[in-house]
Amino acid sequence: MPRTIDRDMQRFKQIVRGKVRRNLRKYITHGEMIGRTGREMVSIPVPNIDTPRFKHGQRGSGGVGQGDGEEGQPIGRGQQEGDGQGQAGDQPGSHIREVEITLDELAEMLGDELELPNIEPKGKNAISSKKDRYTTIRPTGPDSLRHFKRTYKRALRRQISLNDYNPERPVIIPTRDDERYRSWKSVNEPEANAAIIYMMDVSGSMTDDQKEIVRIEAFWINAWLNKQYDGLERRYIVHDAVAHEVDEDTFYRTRESGGTRISSAFQAARKIITRDFPPDDWNIYCFQFSDGDNWGEDNDSCLDILKEHILPVCNLYCYGQVESPYGSGDFIRELRRFEDEWENLILSEIGSKDAIYDSIKEFLGTGR
Amino acid sequence: MVVSTHRPLPQEIRDIQRELEETCAGYGLDFFETIFEMVDYEEMSMLAAYGGFPTRYPHWKFGAQFDELMKGYSYGLQKIYEMVINTDPCYAYLLRANELTDQKLVIAHVYAHCDFFKNNAWFAHTNRRMLDEMANHATRVNRYVDRFGYDEVEQFIDTCLSLENLIDPYWPHMSRASDVKQKSPPGFAANGSDGETVDSQGRFPSKDYMDSFINPPDVLEQEETDRRQQREEQEESRSFPAEPWRDVLLFLLEYAPLKDWQRDILAIIRDEAYYFQPQGQTKIMNEGWASFWHSKIMTSHALTDADLITYADHHSGTMATSPQRLNPYKLGIELFKDIEERWNKGQFGPEWDACDDIHQMDTWDRQLGLGREKIFEVRRIHNDVTFIDTFLTAEFCAKHKMFSFAFNDATDYYEIASREFEKIKQQLLNSLTNHGQPCIRIVNGNYQNRGELYLLHDYNGVELKLDYARDTLVNLHRCWSRPVHIETVVEDEPTILSYDGESHEMKTKDE
Repeated sequence: MPRTIDRDMQRFKQIVRGKVRRNLRKYITHGEMIGRTGREMVSIPVPNIDTPRFKHGQRGSGGVGQGDGEEGQPIGRGQQEGDGQGQAGDQPGSHIREVEITLDELAEMLGDELELPNIEPKGKNAISSKKDRYTTIRPTGPDSLRHFKRTYKRALRRQISLNDYNPERPVIIPTRDDERYRSWKSVNEPEANAAIIYMMDVSGSMTDDQKEIVRIEAFWINAWLNKQYDGLERRYIVHDAVAHEVDEDTFYRTRESGGTRISSAFQAARKIITRDFPPDDWNIYCFQFSDGDNWGEDNDSCLDILKEHILPVCNLYCYGQVESPYGSGDFIRELRRFEDEWENLILSEIGSKDAIYDSIKEFLGTGR
Repeated sequence: MVVSTHRPLPQEIRDIQRELEETCAGYGLDFFETIFEMVDYEEMSMLAAYGGFPTRYPHWKFGAQFDELMKGYSYGLQKIYEMVINTDPCYAYLLRANELTDQKLVIAHVYAHCDFFKNNAWFAHTNRRMLDEMANHATRVNRYVDRFGYDEVEQFIDTCLSLENLIDPYWPHMSRASDVKQKSPPGFAANGSDGETVDSQGRFPSKDYMDSFINPPDVLEQEETDRRQQREEQEESRSFPAEPWRDVLLFLLEYAPLKDWQRDILAIIRDEAYYFQPQGQTKIMNEGWASFWHSKIMTSHALTDADLITYADHHSGTMATSPQRLNPYKLGIELFKDIEERWNKGQFGPEWDACDDIHQMDTWDRQLGLGREKIFEVRRIHNDVTFIDTFLTAEFCAKHKMFSFAFNDATDYYEIASREFEKIKQQLLNSLTNHGQPCIRIVNGNYQNRGELYLLHDYNGVELKLDYARDTLVNLHRCWSRPVHIETVVEDEPTILSYDGESHEMKTKDE
């Protein structure tokens, strides 16, 4: 007999996927499950559907908390759910505990949630490396690798079978024959290396909100690719009218002003690829984020570099166009024109924070 | 149903349960018979999603909850240890995967919850046979699904759930004028038999020749106009409902033009809302009480040396505090401990209140030993609001580093607002009142004499979430079928939000 809860869950999933009751879609909320990796809190996208009610908004709201801090000290950002009202659910007596999780597990959850396919590294399975894994046991070896438990068990077994064992005085003395040591096996593992090149437009029209979107998206992309590849190298490029290669920290913080010439970033990316990542050995991923407001005459040279030098060597070229308060540009339209020719070219428009998960799915959903 | 097939507890757990039951009863805890069942996490998630009941009406919200719980568990983010429902006999579910230490903790915790359910006054009017009732609700809704289609019924349930919080927490505890059979007092019979009767025009009986003296025409005329005026005034001031009505669901049940099946579903949602409502009303007390007793019983009876570390770890995990959210377990247990200590030492009453010598207060101990008796009394009569109002003290706030926080429009952050006792208490009471929900009443069911529904939001400093309010009006309109309005405050201006079935309107209320 099917359980009623399965039917309810099926129904819920159908609504979330937009198959039925489309008018409920606007109440779908994302990312409310909070996990921690190290000191960072991350939220995991778990969809739910809210019911509209007469309820308090943020304006004038508040609550009571516990802990240290001066008056005026911020304790949390607005706009998140559970508006700090000290509300209690009407779940009778349930304890909830928070547990730490690793980045790998996080990536897995993301994969489950967004139904991301595992990546097939491009045809370089030929490159393999030998790795030693300590998975077996031998009767000889150095003392530092002695398997105490196994040695002890063998000794115990021998003594019991020889009737040497006295439960009153349980002394176990291993002999040379009892000793067991950990040992390794050499395994061939295909090696897959990946490089990610992030490019971000930091021209005057990109505000902090857009950068936050880029940051969150890059975090998840890192998490996912990290899980898929053994060695992951990352390079960061920021550009306005000229491009610079920068470190991760600077990438997220820089704020420049001035115009936008996307071709400058492409030049820089091309240079990095030829210098550091020979395409034969590397799986190369490029992620570019911009508001798309490119300097008109620059578009042609952009497309040239992209088609000649970048697209042919990349596993994936993803362009995410974020919407800035100044509107969004038309670079994405330029790219759309030859979207069909290159199947490793992925385009995504990221309207707001809520669109991040959809866009990740678009980027990584190809399994390339 | 898979879950309702009763499985006996393992002998080991059964022994612990018997022992703890005896210990709990020995402390004076007074509970319904409690039936424990072991379930795995999937069953637990299902029960939790269903609010503790094995059978509920079909709805996606249970599926959503289940999905979230299962994910939280499989990702190792959260775990439900136990679940207990307010019925007679009381049913409690233990997680099979729990360590033995946890099972002991949970069993003790559960007995205290049961005691609370049974004795707290705010639970007095809950249906203790809710298990049957819920199953009954499910059957009825399923029947409507068969008859009218899944989408149709589900949509109407969504509509009802959107209004679910518009109930009156005091409703179950009130006896109303309409409940009492109206009896006219004796001697006020309509036609007095004691001689003089006055007819409808106010004429006294008289002989013809005396008539103009006994009933002078000008006086009669005057009386007639007076009466008419009075009638008109009455007519004008008569409102519907006569008094503001908080139980919006009941109002809709009685007066909205609903189909029979819709009315039945609305009644089901309302029933269940009232059933769960005291649990929201006493969250701090209920969890505090249960934690107080599990801690007492574990530390003085049930713990073995081997249990100690696990117990300490899990107990402190449950009691953890965070700046943004007040932990009801922690606040509750600490308040109960504080009350017990104060009444043991006699730190109450006018003498104590008048004392302002810090040293004397520190060493104040009258050795009254009234603490235990007091906390049992507190658990019987209070709910969270009165509990905090009566027993939160300035010393307690300082000791537990409590603060109030507020939303800052300018920075988009919640910021620590104050560490002053009065403000903290005020803020806490505000957020507990009506379970943190806005207080909304129907003031007019015949607004503008056109049968429109007019609601009033009792503004207490926090504004409504506007987009949600609009969508809720749409749902309200779906029930009422005539235009609906709510008077509230938007950006510090008194405002009326309206929806007439086609478009929304928002206008400033003119004084």
